[in-house]
Amino acid sequence: MLPAPFEYHAPRTVDEALDLLDQFGDDGKVLAGGQSLIPLLKLRFASPGHLVDINKIKDLDFIEERDGTLRIGPLFRHKSAERSALLASRYHVMADAAPMIADPIIRNRGTIAGSVAHADPSGDWGTVLLAIDADLVLRSKKGSRTVKARDFFNGPFSTSLEPTEILTEIRIPAAKAMTGGSYLKLERKVGDFATVAVAIHLRMDDGKVGSAGIGLTAVGPQNIKAEKAEASLKGVRLDDAAIKQAAALAAEAADPKADHRGSVEYKRNVVRVFTERGLKRASERARGGG
Amino acid sequence: MSVGQPITVSVNGEQRSAEVEPRLLLVHFLREKLRLTGTHIGCDTTHCGACTVLVDGTPVKSCTMLAVQADGQQVTTVEGLMTAGALHPIQAAFKEEHGLQCGFCTPGMMLTSVALLKDNPDPSEDDIRWAISGNICRCTGYMNIVKAVRSAAVQMKAAAEVPAATAAARS
Repeated sequence: MLPAPFEYHAPRTVDEALDLLDQFGDDGKVLAGGQSLIPLLKLRFASPGHLVDINKIKDLDFIEERDGTLRIGPLFRHKSAERSALLASRYHVMADAAPMIADPIIRNRGTIAGSVAHADPSGDWGTVLLAIDADLVLRSKKGSRTVKARDFFNGPFSTSLEPTEILTEIRIPAAKAMTGGSYLKLERKVGDFATVAVAIHLRMDDGKVGSAGIGLTAVGPQNIKAEKAEASLKGVRLDDAAIKQAAALAAEAADPKADHRGSVEYKRNVVRVFTERGLKRASERARGGG
Repeated sequence: MSVGQPITVSVNGEQRSAEVEPRLLLVHFLREKLRLTGTHIGCDTTHCGACTVLVDGTPVKSCTMLAVQADGQQVTTVEGLMTAGALHPIQAAFKEEHGLQCGFCTPGMMLTSVALLKDNPDPSEDDIRWAISGNICRCTGYMNIVKAVRSAAVQMKAAAEVPAATAAARS
């Protein structure tokens, strides 16, 4: 399969890339890891006139914790997340998700930012960013703006990213003490999209839940932030009753469709079970275990 | 209409220059422009791993990368594994351990394995299974593939130790 013809641009700086995107408008598209975009081009689901490849721009492949914020660059690849000691130590939900993305060869090239910008409702990183309450920095020639992950997704493959913008940085509040997380994903085989996945990011505070983030994958038209479930946990002791109630609320927030991966009832039930398990795992990790 | 774009790619250690359409995929560049047909096209949708090559040492599905993106980079295909007429240890091990049946997935399997062994010279069976989980063998010959990778690891380790031991014996 061949993509439809396009012109290829490999700018060396972000400014140059933004100039090009500004010039092309709707007809331009950013190419990062390409592990979703290139298949889309081949299937002719997308046929932009201009591809702006950002892979030749230096210094976009970074992760750093600075001034109370974890910052991730647009070329930070799944493989690097999988191997990051920083993520493994305190950002469990990200460390759990990374090795569950697609397969090892795709992880060598695909990027977190690209996956988020692609906004597949079955994509994993969007859910993780919803749970962890990330901000997304969107830059265009005219300047930059910051959008909350929860305001970023508008529906299947649809976000508030303008065609003239690049997602230049993902910002995550630095994990404080007593923070734990988990990402549980049910997939039929390696490389398949999730049947269901649940992201949990939990901060404990004096034996009670300081804040809870819960994200759901593949059970709606976009990645879902289970806000009622999150609110039900705030300030409470994380006992069995609280966990059960939050899990029931998360299952209610899910809006799955029946398909070859399972029925509506089945998927909703997996959300409930994974939320329970994820909360238990996250709270153990927050206490320094597992 | 897009025009040809000049690229120079180091393929198996040789500089290869061509003018390519931007939409040309790396796998087609290798197979059709360079006639290196050892790189196979399987699913053509980023699932099967048959088209895996090494780009700057990293396994990549060459059906999911544009040839223009490889400009200035080093690509290794299965044709580049042999040195001085001798099989690469991974090739010898696949032959010895019956690590292939129809052979279609074999180039991709071997290149993924070469990268694994560079990264982790002593992988466990689990490590190997994990590493090749993006390469599908339709014959389901995984048992012998895993055995072959293990065997290559042992061979390569022994080969690396021989010169060291010889040097130690001399001193």
